[in-house]
Amino acid sequence: MLQALRSFLSRRRRPGIDMLVPRRAPPGPPKIDVSRVGHGFGVGPKRVVALKDVDISVHHGEFVCLLGPSGCGKSTLLYALAGHLEPTGGSISIDGVQVRGPGPDRLLLFQDPALFPWLTVRQNLIFALRARGLSRSAAEARARAYVSLVGLDAFLDALPHQLSGGMRMRVQLARALAMDPAVLLMDEPFAALDAHTRSQMHLLLQRIWIRDRKTVVFVTHDVREALTLGDRVVVMAARPGRVLHDLEVRLPRPRDPDDEALVLMSRRIRAELAGADAAGAERRREEEATHARTSAPGGAGAGPPAGLGAPG
Amino acid sequence: MGLVLVPLLAWELLARVGPWPRWLFPDPLAVVRSIAVMAADGRLGAAVLRSLSRLVQGFAISALLGVPLGILMGRSALALRTLRPAVLGLQALPSICWLPLALLWFGLSETAILFVVVMGSMLAIAIATEDGVAAVDPLLLRAAGTLGIRGLRFHAGVLLPAAFPGVLTGLKLGWSFAWRALMSGELLFVAGGLGQLLTQGREVLDAAQVMGVMVCIIAVGLLVDQGLFRFLELRVRRRWGLVEEPA
Repeated sequence: MLQALRSFLSRRRRPGIDMLVPRRAPPGPPKIDVSRVGHGFGVGPKRVVALKDVDISVHHGEFVCLLGPSGCGKSTLLYALAGHLEPTGGSISIDGVQVRGPGPDRLLLFQDPALFPWLTVRQNLIFALRARGLSRSAAEARARAYVSLVGLDAFLDALPHQLSGGMRMRVQLARALAMDPAVLLMDEPFAALDAHTRSQMHLLLQRIWIRDRKTVVFVTHDVREALTLGDRVVVMAARPGRVLHDLEVRLPRPRDPDDEALVLMSRRIRAELAGADAAGAERRREEEATHARTSAPGGAGAGPPAGLGAPG
Repeated sequence: MGLVLVPLLAWELLARVGPWPRWLFPDPLAVVRSIAVMAADGRLGAAVLRSLSRLVQGFAISALLGVPLGILMGRSALALRTLRPAVLGLQALPSICWLPLALLWFGLSETAILFVVVMGSMLAIAIATEDGVAAVDPLLLRAAGTLGIRGLRFHAGVLLPAAFPGVLTGLKLGWSFAWRALMSGELLFVAGGLGQLLTQGREVLDAAQVMGVMVCIIAVGLLVDQGLFRFLELRVRRRWGLVEEPA
């Protein structure tokens, strides 16, 4: 793995190379520690390995993007972080405490804005804040402040179905930020938006992140989105789901997705992903051949069968 | 609008030229006159009030028991497997069949008739509520989980409103079952109300009164169903964003 990384980084000396470097962990204990996490779906020969020996540590205030093709286990990992899913192997801890189920320190943002349709924008925020124990007046003030932060003051009393997709996503973001979680987990939150709205959301999210410096784990399959938003891009590959590279992005913010250096970086990462995909397919063919030769009972068939896509 | 008059005219015609005696098959005007007489001497008002008060009590009990039962079945696979066969089986029983048992248990009392009404509508409400809960978008439940909404706040603030369009359908159905159960009960077990007024009409051989009371029963049913429930349903569907907003 290290070998591959070194060759990947020394292959081309071009502008942009100093802006995308292997990640070096800062001193101090990490906020999130993912250690040798594995996860499989199903049993027997149909078992799909969604994650295999994944190690990631995230420090306080980092914006980490998990990037990879569908089936690389990035969403599985995110749901495990959120506590909505228990990995079959390894451990995940936050501030040194093992994750068991959802908790108030983490908040998950979905691809579909999961607003309560019978409540207005204001009520959606207040309802969530009241559940966290805020008084009515405190919740009201906080709801107003965060709706205003995402620029929807005029829509405080609108119902979700009266808003556009982008506006609903902004409400979901406002609701999540108002809850003030230590960690924000985002599952391809902008994937369903049109390009224009998406880039607006990128600017908004960067603006808010520069202000609050929250710890964010952001899942995406869009290379440029990852490079635009993340301090770090963890590149993952599928079958089995694993970490290929853990890279630091050293570009000034706010970033422009059409920036030359960024486009160059994204091209390199895409090439790398395509290479990993091809290598994976090759290895599976070999494994299958070996498996066919040693398929007597007890023969070790560790790899998942080819042709089965892990759920993304 | 004019088409509504066609059945009325047919009725009038049948009453005039039909082979049966006039007192057994009165014309529409005689029925209207009979309603007016009953309204004037206060019998109709008292009977409607009596029936409606029973209905409201029985329906309230049905809703208070049926909705939680439906939520329980919708949320717990164990409860669903245990209770669903019993609920579906009992639902197949016409509610008036509970009357003999109710009379044995509670005697000739209001409780007996309320029991019949509750048994007629509670299970329909429970089944529709269970359907409504099962149809809730799982994303909303997950969102509630990540926002840390739990316990009573979750059930009353997320689950029930999310299932509410289905619950309302159940309440509407339960209401009409309750109305039917109550009328059968009042017919068989004479203690005031519209059902008794109906029986009285038969006892004094007054077909116009019988028909008049029938018209009143239809009117009350339609008013609640088309008036109250349709209005509520429309408002809920609009609020929940399930219909296009009229421009």
